[in-house]
Amino acid sequence: MDRHRPALSLPRPVRVGGALLAAGFLGLFFAWPVATILSRGLRLDAVRDAIENPGIRSVAWFTLWQAAASTVLTLAAGLPVAFVLSQFTFRGRRLATAVVTVPFVLPTVVVGTAFLAVLPRSWQQTIGAILAAHVFFNIAVAVRTVGGFWGRLDRGLDDAARTLGASPWQALRHVTLPLLRPALVAAGTIVFLFTFTSYGVVTVLGGPRHPTLEVELYRRAVLLGDLPVAAALALLQLVAVGALLVWWARLQAGGALALRTRPAARPPRSRRERIVVVSVLGVAAAAIGAPLVALVVRSMRSRTGWTTAAWRTIGPDGWGALATSLRFAVAAAIVATVVGTAAAFAIAGGGRIGTALDSGLMLPLGTSAVTLGFGLLITFDEPPLDLRSSVVIIPLAHALVGVPFVVRSVVPALRAIDSRLGEAAATLGAGPWRRFRWVEASLARRPILAGAGFCFAVSLGEFGATSFLTRRGNTTLPIEIARAVGRPGDLALARAAALSTVLLAITAVVVVAVDRLQPEERSW
Amino acid sequence: MTLEVTSVRVAFGDRVVLDDVSLRVASGEVVAVLGPSGSGKSTLLRVVAGLATPSNGRVSFDGRDLTSLPTHRRRVGLVFQDEQLFPHLDVAANIGFGLRMARRPRAEIASRVADLLDVVGLAGFGSRATASLSGGEAKRVALARSLAPRPAVLLLDEPLTGLDPELHDRLAADVGRILRATGTTAVLVTHDRAEATAIADRLVDLRDLSGTDRSR
Repeated sequence: MDRHRPALSLPRPVRVGGALLAAGFLGLFFAWPVATILSRGLRLDAVRDAIENPGIRSVAWFTLWQAAASTVLTLAAGLPVAFVLSQFTFRGRRLATAVVTVPFVLPTVVVGTAFLAVLPRSWQQTIGAILAAHVFFNIAVAVRTVGGFWGRLDRGLDDAARTLGASPWQALRHVTLPLLRPALVAAGTIVFLFTFTSYGVVTVLGGPRHPTLEVELYRRAVLLGDLPVAAALALLQLVAVGALLVWWARLQAGGALALRTRPAARPPRSRRERIVVVSVLGVAAAAIGAPLVALVVRSMRSRTGWTTAAWRTIGPDGWGALATSLRFAVAAAIVATVVGTAAAFAIAGGGRIGTALDSGLMLPLGTSAVTLGFGLLITFDEPPLDLRSSVVIIPLAHALVGVPFVVRSVVPALRAIDSRLGEAAATLGAGPWRRFRWVEASLARRPILAGAGFCFAVSLGEFGATSFLTRRGNTTLPIEIARAVGRPGDLALARAAALSTVLLAITAVVVVAVDRLQPEERSW
Repeated sequence: MTLEVTSVRVAFGDRVVLDDVSLRVASGEVVAVLGPSGSGKSTLLRVVAGLATPSNGRVSFDGRDLTSLPTHRRRVGLVFQDEQLFPHLDVAANIGFGLRMARRPRAEIASRVADLLDVVGLAGFGSRATASLSGGEAKRVALARSLAPRPAVLLLDEPLTGLDPELHDRLAADVGRILRATGTTAVLVTHDRAEATAIADRLVDLRDLSGTDRSR
C-alpha cells in the first residue's frame, strides 16, 4: 500500500458516521457475544471440567492433529499446481487458475456431500475422508498464495544453483523452497486456521465418530444443553485461534528478505516441461471435478439406474429451505453491505479510528462461525434483546461473517482513487458533498456490488453459525442438506445430493457474476 | 580443458538468436566475445551452461559431447550479469553452495571459502548478508561463488557492467589476475572493448563466429 499518498478527503459526517455505524454493529453483535462467552466460560470449575475430561482431551488432540495433517497435505498437493500455474504461460492458464479456486467458494456442506458421493462406502466416516475434503477445500489457498509469490521469484536464482552443480531437486530444496518460505508459512497458517475450525465438512463426513472441538461444542450446547462446558470449549477455541494469529503477526513483523522480483512465467520449452504441465493440470482437474460430478450424478441415480426420484422428494421442506436461504441471503447482503461500506469509508478516510476499525473488523473472520453462533445464542436469549426465536438473528449472523468481505473489496478501491480526482472536481466547483457523490461514491460502486454479491454467496452456504440459531420454520438450505445426510438410506443421500446440486449451481452463478465485477488481471 | 562450440543455432519461436555459431577456447585461455546488446551473447553462454537448448549444433569439452547433459553435470561456472546471489544465504554460504551441492565435507568447504574470500579481497566478509554488499563486493562474491567448485570452464556475462568507472577498471584488472592465477578456462561476453582487453587473452566478435559470415 502506498503510504505516502494522502488519505482520501471525505466529508467529516461520512467518516465519523461510518465509523460509528460499523463500530456499533461490531460491538453489539460481535464484542458483546464474545464477552458473554468469556464471562460464562471463564469459570474455574467449567474450564477444569473441560480440560480434565478425557473425552474432550481426545477431541482437542484430534482437532489439532487433523488440522496439522490437512495443512501438510494441502501444501504438498498445492505446490505442484502452484509451480505449473506460476512458472509457465499457456492457453487456458486463467481458466485453470479459476478452476482451482472453485472449491474454496463452495459451501462446506456441499463439499461434504460431494465427498460422500465420490468416496467408496468404506471411506465414509473415516479420517481419510475428512483429510481429503480439507485438501480439496483449501488447495486454492496454497496455490494462490504460494503461486502468486513463486511467479515473481527471479528464475535466475534457480539457474545460478544449477550452474553450481545443484540437480533440479537440490535447487528446489536449497534455493526455491527457502525463498518461498514466507508464502508457505502464510498459506499454512490460513489452512491450519480453516481446518482447525472446520465444522460443516466434519459434521457431514466424520459423523459422531470423529468430532472436532467445533462439533463437540455444538453437541454440548445444543444437544446436551451443557452451556458452561460449551462456553469453556469456545474459550479454548478463541485462545487457540488468537495465539495462532499473534504468532503469525510476529512472524510477519520479523522482516522479509529483499527479493529482486521478475515475472518468471514463460511457455514450456521442452517435451518434459509440456508433460509436467499437462499431467499436473490433468490430475488437479480430475481431483477437483470428480467430487462435483459425482454429486450431480448421485442425485440422479439409484441402485437400479437413472431416476429423478431424489429430485421429486425435495418437497416443500426442501424448496421452502431454499426460499428461506434466499431471503436470508438478501437481508444479510444488504446489512453487510451497508455496514461494510460505512466501515470502508471510515477506514479509507484514515486516522486512528480508521486503523482500529480496520483490524477490529477482521476479527469476526478469524473467529470460528460456531463460536459466533454460540455467542449470539447465549447473548440474545433474554429481554430486552431476545432474538432467539426472531427471524433476524440468522441474517445478522451471516452479515457479521460477510462484513469483512465487503471491507476487503471496497477499501483497496477507495485507496486506489487518486486524490487529485477529487481536487479536480473541487476546482470545477464541486463542494465536498457533491464531490463525494460524484467521485468517491461512484467509483466505489462496482467493488461495493462485488462485496454484496460475495456476502450473498457466503450467506447461502453458511452452516456453522446457522446450526446454533436455526428454529423450526426457518430452516436454511445447508441445514436441510445436513439433516438429509444424517438420515439413513440411499434415497436420503440422493436427496442431499440433489439439494447440494441446487446450492452448488446458485453459488456458481453468483461467484461468476462477482468475478465479472472485479477488475481484470487481478490474479497474478 | 578445451571448450568447443560447433555450429550452434538457437531460435525462440521465429526469432533466430544464434545462427551457426562456432567457437574454440583452448585450455587455460580467457576469450572475450564482443557484441552489442541483444546480439545473443548471453544466449551463447546459456547454451554452453546448458540453460538453453540449441536446435542444432553441439557443445563439447575436451572432445566429449555435452549437448544433452543437464546443467548441473557440466562443471561450468556462470557469473551472472546481475550476480544472482542467494538472498537467504550469507556470503560464505553463497560461496560454499556449489561444494555443498557436491556434498563435500564441512571442513573442506570452510577452508575453500576462506581461500576464495582472500582471492577476491573480501577476507572476513563470510558472515555478511548479501543485501549489505556494495555493487563491487557483490560482483566479487559472485565470482568467488562460481570459482569455488573449480569449474572446467568459467562463463562471465557482462560481469562488470553497471559499476562506476574507477571501480570498473580496478575490478577488471583483478578479474584477469584471478582467472590467470587459478588457471581457469573462461569465456567473457561484453559490449565493452576496454573491459575485454583488460581481462581476456583473445578478443573475438560474435558476428565473426557465425558460419554464414565466414563463408562469405
